[in-house]
Amino acid sequence: MKWDWGAVGDFMPQFWDGLLVTLQALALGSVISFVLGLVWALLMRAPTRWVTWPVGAVTEFVRNTPLLVQLFFLFYVLPEWGFTFSALTTGVFAIGLHYSTYTMQVYRAGIEAVPVGQWEAATALNLPVTRTWRVVILPQAIRRVVPALGNYVIAMLKDTPLLMAITVLDMLGQARLFSQEHFQFTEPLTVIGVAFILISYLASLLMRALERRLVH
Amino acid sequence: MTSGLWELVLKGVWVTIQLLFLSALLAGAVSFVVGIARTHRLWIVRFLAGFYTEVFRGTSALVMIFWVFFVLPPAFGWQLVPLWAGTLALGLTYGAYGSEIVRGALNAVDPAQKEGGIALSFTPWQRMKLILLPQAVPEMIPPFSNLLIELLKGTALVSIMGMGDLAFSGNLVRLALQESAEIYTYLLVIYFVIAFALTRIMRGLEKKLKAGVGKAPTRGISPQQELKRAETTGVGGGVA
Amino acid sequence: MSTDIQQSPDMNPADKRSNGELIRLDQVTKRFGDNTVLDHLDFSVEAGKHVTLIGPSGSGKTTILRLLMTLTKPDEGTITVDGQHLFPASDKEVREVRKKIGMVFQQFNLFPNMPVLRNITEAPVTVLGLSKDEAEERARELLDLVGLADKCDAYPAQLSGGQQQRVAIARALAMRPQVLLLDEVTSALDPELVAGVLDVLRDIARSTDITMLCVTHEMNFARDISDQVLMFDSGRIIEAGAPEKIFSEPEQDRTREFLSAVL
Repeated sequence: MKWDWGAVGDFMPQFWDGLLVTLQALALGSVISFVLGLVWALLMRAPTRWVTWPVGAVTEFVRNTPLLVQLFFLFYVLPEWGFTFSALTTGVFAIGLHYSTYTMQVYRAGIEAVPVGQWEAATALNLPVTRTWRVVILPQAIRRVVPALGNYVIAMLKDTPLLMAITVLDMLGQARLFSQEHFQFTEPLTVIGVAFILISYLASLLMRALERRLVH
Repeated sequence: MTSGLWELVLKGVWVTIQLLFLSALLAGAVSFVVGIARTHRLWIVRFLAGFYTEVFRGTSALVMIFWVFFVLPPAFGWQLVPLWAGTLALGLTYGAYGSEIVRGALNAVDPAQKEGGIALSFTPWQRMKLILLPQAVPEMIPPFSNLLIELLKGTALVSIMGMGDLAFSGNLVRLALQESAEIYTYLLVIYFVIAFALTRIMRGLEKKLKAGVGKAPTRGISPQQELKRAETTGVGGGVA
Repeated sequence: MSTDIQQSPDMNPADKRSNGELIRLDQVTKRFGDNTVLDHLDFSVEAGKHVTLIGPSGSGKTTILRLLMTLTKPDEGTITVDGQHLFPASDKEVREVRKKIGMVFQQFNLFPNMPVLRNITEAPVTVLGLSKDEAEERARELLDLVGLADKCDAYPAQLSGGQQQRVAIARALAMRPQVLLLDEVTSALDPELVAGVLDVLRDIARSTDITMLCVTHEMNFARDISDQVLMFDSGRIIEAGAPEKIFSEPEQDRTREFLSAVL
């Protein structure tokens, strides 16, 4: 097994470009999944089946089919329908949508974990429903869900390489580009492999620290 | 779509199912070996097993697939058949998640059970086989069911390597038809149907196993498990 | 058997702030599955009175408080408060009537994400439309009343159970309710903390004209504050009267048994 430090050095400029794209996709994808997931979770508590049934069916479908095929779908089909976005925009939206079907379950679990006495106290004080959600239920639910959401961010990080399949030059995309140009596979792939392990390890340390701060 | 194109899709379904079956077997074996090793009394065994889990959970499945396809062959002189390369990459990564499920379920067995086994002077392995595993395995089924769905979604990744699975055949059909909406819709529906069937099978299995230890099957997973789900199933097509 | 408090011969209207009927339940039935918790109950309370509900657990006492707070709905019957329907009623009517009622829960149910002061001011500001300053001033007065003036900025988790319950009492009073419902407010407390909470409630009973409906197992407390004691059993009121009478010479065997078990 040959290891060429020179190839590592040559790859680094491209690596930093790729890292930037990966982190960008991760940040935007996380925001979309957090917001959209909350929307799904709240819609699932609507009093009518006309809302809960379609929302439940669509999210179930998205959760149980491959993100990769969803990426292809959005990347190739949307232009046919006359919507053209950049590959990165499409990818970020697909990741955010896919993970929103997971975060919605986290929110649901978090909301259900708020003791029923909190609802009763809010009723006893005559707080309006929207106010009850905003100042009583959600602040408590969010605190409970932060660790789980953080784990999904880490999971999402490890899904960002899929964007390469729709031409986005994330870390893996850059590594593949470099490999094809220089016929050196081992070094770039190993560098990004280690980078993923390091980033997800740091992120999990961060999550643990955050979790400790939130538990009091 | 012509019948020729449908044939292509069906071939893809067959490859996906083969890959799913083989990588699920490997992942299952890895899960139990590593998961049990993580409860071992020797710290070095625990440490190595934990190291394996952290590394394979830490990286991305797609990166791992690239590695197995491009780095292993020149480095070790192995040239794996694509199906085996895919099985290896998926089995090792999803097995790392599965080991967390096994470890968690073993640790959740009432400690008094272990003490009971010690009092009856079972060896550690007898305790594992006769007391701990029979009680822990039924509890593992719901999270393993989720993991299996993630693995199914993960099999689509091998299409990037040019392996002729369902996702890959979809790309070929798109090129042939110059039209995307129809074929990708079919693809998503087929994946969904397979996932649905898997869920049913796993639920049946859970019912059977729990009946064996006198418990009622749970309906889905609890809020507490839900909040832990990302750690034990990785989630998403390419989580390693 | 059902009992109407106003017609009870043991009441002496002369020494009470009697200004008419405030709460009325007519033929109220509540079932949970096959279990009938309240069985065609008739029941009314005059304004300003302090009424204590006693009886074995599961006899339906707490259910009455929860019905009045609209935390649960009856299967049959009507409920009126201050002449307005609480059941059957539209959501809007319910909201109006509910403003007249406050409740203190067994498990306190403070909002753990808000400091003490905000727990108390939140509803007066958003529901009654008080200004923040006004609400805070009132909250401080109430905290002073319950002996926790120094705990404004603490979070509920930093307080003892007894302190939390006193905050919960202040929170309920901040809405200036006409009726205060007290649901086993000392049952979740360590024994040494019970007295402090009960002293606060005695104080409130003495110094305000608020109508109180109280479910409790603290018989001495019930004797001190009540104008009227109602003995419940199996979803019915089996005996009603002034506390001196109920506690010293109950008419029903069931009441005697119950009292000898708890006293």
